[in-house]
Amino acid sequence: MNQIKRFAGILWMLLGPAAVYYLVKTAATEIGKKPVLDTKIQWAVFVVVFIPIAIGMVIFGWYAFKGEYDHLPENSDELIN
Amino acid sequence: MFKCLFWRKFKADFQYMTESKGIWKVIGASSLGTLIEWYDFYIFGSLATVLASQFFPKTNPTAALLSTLATFAAGFIVRPFGALVFGRLGDLIGRKYTFLLTLVIMGGSTFAIGLIPGYDSIGFLAPVLVLLLRLLQGLALGGEYGGAATYVAEHSPNHKRGFYTSWIQTTATLGLFVSLGVILLTRHNLDADRAKSIAKFNDWGWRIPFLVSIVLVVVSIYIRLKMKESPLFEKLKTSGSRSVNPLKESFGHKVNLKMVLLALFGATMGQGVVWYTGQFYAQSFIENVCKVDFDQSRTILIWAILFGTPFFVVFGSWSDRVGRKWIMLTGMLLAVLSYQYLFAQLLDTSDPKAKQELVEKRQVQQSATLIANSADSLRKTVTKSFFDDEMVQVETKTDTVYADASRTTVKADIKVAKTLGSSDYWKMVFIVFVMILYVTMVYGPIAAFLVELFPTRIRYTSMSLPYHIGNGVFGGLTPFIATLLTTIYTGDKLVGLWYPLIVAGLCLVIGVLYINNRVDPKIDD
Repeated sequence: MNQIKRFAGILWMLLGPAAVYYLVKTAATEIGKKPVLDTKIQWAVFVVVFIPIAIGMVIFGWYAFKGEYDHLPENSDELIN
Repeated sequence: MFKCLFWRKFKADFQYMTESKGIWKVIGASSLGTLIEWYDFYIFGSLATVLASQFFPKTNPTAALLSTLATFAAGFIVRPFGALVFGRLGDLIGRKYTFLLTLVIMGGSTFAIGLIPGYDSIGFLAPVLVLLLRLLQGLALGGEYGGAATYVAEHSPNHKRGFYTSWIQTTATLGLFVSLGVILLTRHNLDADRAKSIAKFNDWGWRIPFLVSIVLVVVSIYIRLKMKESPLFEKLKTSGSRSVNPLKESFGHKVNLKMVLLALFGATMGQGVVWYTGQFYAQSFIENVCKVDFDQSRTILIWAILFGTPFFVVFGSWSDRVGRKWIMLTGMLLAVLSYQYLFAQLLDTSDPKAKQELVEKRQVQQSATLIANSADSLRKTVTKSFFDDEMVQVETKTDTVYADASRTTVKADIKVAKTLGSSDYWKMVFIVFVMILYVTMVYGPIAAFLVELFPTRIRYTSMSLPYHIGNGVFGGLTPFIATLLTTIYTGDKLVGLWYPLIVAGLCLVIGVLYINNRVDPKIDD
């Protein structure tokens, strides 16, 4: 199971940039189709909000790949130290 | 001897009853305030069209810009920010005063929105004030939930944490229920004549749901003021082991950050989209795609919520015995597997092609009004069709009749509103109820799950952020992204479902792989 968790980490790391690429591409296309202020703001909000989340996904993937989730903390001593 | 045993049993029973009474006070005080906060947050969304006409005239681009900002910024940017601000405060000064503060901010903002004069009276100041107050609402909501869930969990016995926190979980749905109810009641009771009542509501009656909020907030503040601080936080305070910098401890240390990321991608992200699809998108789909009329599209949701809400407690309580993980993930799995079918059923139920029209009953009314300074006129054709299963469809077609007979309207404006017959109405209630059942599975146990992931000293901060990104960003964007997809890919009416399906599917896989099903035996750490 731990091997699957680690290999899946590569997938999560790739998913972050792939999602951002798709998002920015769609945003550019849609703004190009209808270049009004509403469309621009709407897509700008989507891009601004989702980029940090995509970065979080890459970090999550990296942790998974490094085996950080092989064992989950059982108590706070493991979390705080 | 016998007397001694009896006395001991009596004392134990009395202590249990007192403790039990205490926990219900805690739940009551926390839930009432949280319910009011959700109510305050939703009435703005539910009255978006009316508010737009009062404060954000489309003819003015700056006002329209402020409207877009109010819609998007409050729900999606400010909520996670509020989670950070108030989460930090809650871990530094305590849960009680923090979620008291969020309630005051939320209640004050809502009441103030109800008092702002319209754009016609004070111009730009009106939309600017509404935007600011809406941002404050988002900020307060971001801080409320984590506080209430933490507060209840930290009062709960270990073996009943899922059960007791599930009462907090009912508040988001009940807040929506109350907001829909208050709006419908106000809309229909301002005049004996329905049309006049709706006109009055759109003119000034919309302020009532905002103003009513202050009464509820004052009662809730009074109750919360009488509550004591969470015992676990008090213990931390007394021992001097409170966190000095909760933000740094929560997100700056790998050991805790990895749990925050796991909570987001393995639980709250999927929970958010299932929550919003089963309630908001379902209602929006019934109204805008199935074309069911304003009142029915809302009462369908109201009934489904009423039948579905007890299941938050059922699944929360069950999670104490079988663990949180598989209940939440089963909810996501069922949603992924059945959404396409359920939404297709909603479409079929309201499709006139599947019904027999009673042609002899059809009524057609036509009227024309001259367009000012023109020889052309505007023709309005209202066709009322009756069907064998009691469904009534009203189609209003507006086109221009040109004085020059060689010209015709390129695209007439057609509006359709259907009133469902009794059996179709209840069928839709059942379909939405099934979707709300999934909501109760993913949402019922999640407060206990999040509380158990993090230690007391940084719990408020650590659980609030993944919750509000999952629920506010992933979930809150569901109706917008789903509707956006239907405008990009116009051929498929169900294409909007791909967003919740992908997000919930991804969350399901991550949850299955990485989350464990352990119920934390004690959170006093």
